[in-house]
Amino acid sequence: MNDSVKTDFKYVGTRPVRPDGPDKVTGRAKYGADLNLPGMLHAHYVRSPYAHAVIKSIDFSEALKLPGVIATMTGEDLPEPGDKLMQGAEIEMKLSDMAPVVMARGRAMFHGHPVAAVAATSASLAAEAAALVRVEYEVLPHVIDMHAALEDDAPLLHADLITTGLDPAPTVPSNLSVDLALEMGDVDLGFADADVVVERTYSVPMCHQGYIEPHAAIASADETGRVEIWCCTQGPFMVRNFTSQLTGIEPGKIKVTASEIGGGFGGKTTVYIEPVAAVLALKSGRPVKVVLSREEVFRATGPVSCSETRVRIGAKKDGTLTAIDIDIVMDSGCYSSSSIMPATMFGAACYRCENQRSRGREVLTNKPRVWAYRAPGAPQSIMAVECAVNELAEELGIDPVDFRLHNAVEEGDIPVFGLPFQAIGYKKALQAAKEHPHYQAPLGPGQGRGLASAFWINSGQQSSATINIALDGAINVLTGNPDIGGSRASMALLAAEVFGVPVETVHPTVADTDSVGYCDGTGGSRTTLATGGAVIQAAEKLVLELRHRAAAIWGVDLDEVEWVDGKAVARTTGDLENLMDAGAAVQLENREMSLVELAETSGATGGPLSAVASLHAHNSAPAFAINICDAAVDRETGKVDITRFTCIQDAGKAVHPAYVEGQMQGGAVQGIGWALNEEYLYDENGVLENPGFLDYRMPVASDLPMIDTVIIEEPNPLHPYGIRGVGEVPICPPMPAVATAVNRAAGTALYDLPLSPPKLLAAIDRAVE
Amino acid sequence: MSLVQYSAPSTLAEALQALAGGAANRPLAGGTDLLVQVKLGLRDPQHIVDLKRIPELTALTLDDNGLRLGAAVPGAIVTTNREIARIYPGFTEALGLIGSSQVQGRCSAGGNLCNASPAADCVPALIVNRATCHIAGLGGERTVAAEDFTTGPGTHCLEDGEILVSLELPRPAPRTADAYLRMIPRTEMDIAIVGAGVALTLDESGVCTDARVAIGAVAPTALLVPGAAAALIGTTLDEDSLRNAGYAASGAAVPITDKRGTADYRRKVVGVLVRRAAAIARSRIEQPT
Repeated sequence: MNDSVKTDFKYVGTRPVRPDGPDKVTGRAKYGADLNLPGMLHAHYVRSPYAHAVIKSIDFSEALKLPGVIATMTGEDLPEPGDKLMQGAEIEMKLSDMAPVVMARGRAMFHGHPVAAVAATSASLAAEAAALVRVEYEVLPHVIDMHAALEDDAPLLHADLITTGLDPAPTVPSNLSVDLALEMGDVDLGFADADVVVERTYSVPMCHQGYIEPHAAIASADETGRVEIWCCTQGPFMVRNFTSQLTGIEPGKIKVTASEIGGGFGGKTTVYIEPVAAVLALKSGRPVKVVLSREEVFRATGPVSCSETRVRIGAKKDGTLTAIDIDIVMDSGCYSSSSIMPATMFGAACYRCENQRSRGREVLTNKPRVWAYRAPGAPQSIMAVECAVNELAEELGIDPVDFRLHNAVEEGDIPVFGLPFQAIGYKKALQAAKEHPHYQAPLGPGQGRGLASAFWINSGQQSSATINIALDGAINVLTGNPDIGGSRASMALLAAEVFGVPVETVHPTVADTDSVGYCDGTGGSRTTLATGGAVIQAAEKLVLELRHRAAAIWGVDLDEVEWVDGKAVARTTGDLENLMDAGAAVQLENREMSLVELAETSGATGGPLSAVASLHAHNSAPAFAINICDAAVDRETGKVDITRFTCIQDAGKAVHPAYVEGQMQGGAVQGIGWALNEEYLYDENGVLENPGFLDYRMPVASDLPMIDTVIIEEPNPLHPYGIRGVGEVPICPPMPAVATAVNRAAGTALYDLPLSPPKLLAAIDRAVE
Repeated sequence: MSLVQYSAPSTLAEALQALAGGAANRPLAGGTDLLVQVKLGLRDPQHIVDLKRIPELTALTLDDNGLRLGAAVPGAIVTTNREIARIYPGFTEALGLIGSSQVQGRCSAGGNLCNASPAADCVPALIVNRATCHIAGLGGERTVAAEDFTTGPGTHCLEDGEILVSLELPRPAPRTADAYLRMIPRTEMDIAIVGAGVALTLDESGVCTDARVAIGAVAPTALLVPGAAAALIGTTLDEDSLRNAGYAASGAAVPITDKRGTADYRRKVVGVLVRRAAAIARSRIEQPT
């Protein structure tokens, strides 16, 4: 272990009440739709009733006859996007794939696609006006199923789309947007060496992040063209950058304030409504509010790719893996943006196996453009690999944990994506799973057990923090990261640790884009690591400054002043030798000044106590997680009950363990929902049939057992406090753990998720026949 | 939404006057269906007539004749009444399945009938309890059996301007109990893919002397299934008889395939639920709580 990694903590690792808690439980917290401004207009969208159509004309004349209808907008109000790449996007994507998601440009690509918007003096008037907008369409053939989209005679979504990733590049356009491959070793040789080979195909449905707060934004513009946006987002700086690039408004003229956020899970790492609010505000000269309905959120924000993955895995009799071959196809909706790259790279990252091949293809269909969801891409491919590994272990008669321990990656191993592993906690987590009472417990009648492990890369990216100390020693910490999972509490704990003061004296704030340095969004499991890293740096700068101040007051050298438990302490006083010579008793008069005393006198000792730190974090480290799931199946109805569920995760240093556990439990529940009942259902016209929580069946609280958690703390050797990301990997292992448990309970081999009762009962009946 | 008028009359006569004049005038009880439909743009009422101040619609009496339940009495009032739950356990459970705790404070058995969803949870339970529906209109009053009230998905036997006033469940014979089961993929906050209600009467020796079986979400309306009842009557409710009742229910079902489930699934599972509900009803008679 790197000696520069701190392992002895006083505040980090404790569980104080979150600073934002009282506001949230009393209803004082202001979410996206909670702001209203004088003279505000309300916007309403006109959306495509067709899954694929040319927009021939848009006529606002009837709508504009209604008194109180002030402004209108179409795709023509956004500049021509050209071939530029989006700046500040997590994945490489073209502006031309982004702009038409916000507002259609000439063609409606999916049912519910925004075609126009109107702004009026009330929400109901705006809705009435939107219904009066006449849009003339020429309906085109559409394709919803990704396999059908790959057929030669499929309707072509983009006449100029040439597959990327192939060499040589194809000469004819298709709906295959990406085709990439990774390989190491010799896979064919590996399979020739295998004693047992498992091969199977796994399907995962299109789902939605299902955040509880629908998108909401309000924009206003002044006479100089400066635009202010208040919105519910994972990244206010992302909103500034994206809105600027999409509308042509200079970034310096946009100020974004993030509201409190009711969930995002990756779904709010892009913009939908903010550019529309900004354009309508500029056109009308009045504030414009846009609030999506739940139906609009389901129909026309970014859901999550469905996938089909063929996996082939071979092993020796002793369980040693000899070859892994993955072929995954993902649906990106109507523009390229799926997470095919991480899906292709990370499916088998838990396993040391020298012969690996992985192919990933991304397909376009007439559905909303997909977007990120916790560990984007990984759950789909990990689902396939983990189920296959379980089958392989069973066939070889090896315990699934022992099988994984035998093949687990560790420090120094190089995975197929090429980045060597540093110290990781995967084997420790596997050992903890094996020793957990859940893994030892006998199963009840009709129950099955599944175990799965998972890897996620985690990200670092750019962050800033400002710390200001008030005259009473109160510490104000400003960052630009919306608090989704308890990040204010983490920032407060990290600052408290550096200053050595109680966490209650630290006041964390989520600041607007004019008030703090640039921060990438709250996502990629990066905030505690990277923004927390900036907080640590800013706090350390201030501690240094406080030592300087104390040294100057005492007239001693800086290195004679230490910072201990929130106080400047002079190491020794007086000249020891002289004192000895004088024969006097050695008096070590401890000179101390507390943070409060130094803050009170700061005006006389050099001015305000304030520090800024900005960084580009290249010190992120991967996370590993293991889930154990017990499921009971009603063999006559196909209904599944999850009876016990345990999550084990290497979190690195858990800054606020309760919120680490919250991430683990939340990810588990989302993964369970995705495995059992969540899915996008389209009819033959390409219309989503279940755009609401009644028929888009996320689990409710009573569906689930208490999700048990075990945190393993293998410090990240690259981070001063040993922090890893924790927010994404929890959604990676639940699907294979659930699928394995259910299939074992039911005696089936159903790997076409979701395992909804009708599908499972049919599989049970087939297995009996 | 272009609602122009809301009124809350305090007598049945006033309510009938207010509702006269066409389908744009909508009665409102708890509003747990109507308000959702208005928000979704499925209905555009001009005049909403709130029925909750009318005594006949909010009264509840339980006596030797049975239960008389005003059509607007909230679910929570019924489900927290221990005597009703003891006498009509299946009906009470079915009504309690509608919505969340918050919705229970508003939703009503009468509303559940009038919304006329094929999947309505309390309708099969009303049918097996031989409930009658008391209807008032400007032209007079009439009664209809619960199984004849709904006529299809979203449609019922009320003429424009008529009001469902109350439901009457006769007092069950001695050694009678009912049960209701539904299949949803979750545990609550969902709509039945399949529903099944059973009411049984046993003699002292355990022979079934009377039975009613009704099934939901497997046809355009909830269905009374005499064939399933016949499979139970005269038996000791042995495993074969219960299975036969299930087969009869599956045979009577005319389900569709939709986003919530396949026709095959519904047909199969309705038989399972009828068998299980019958077993529960029997155990309630044999081991009364």
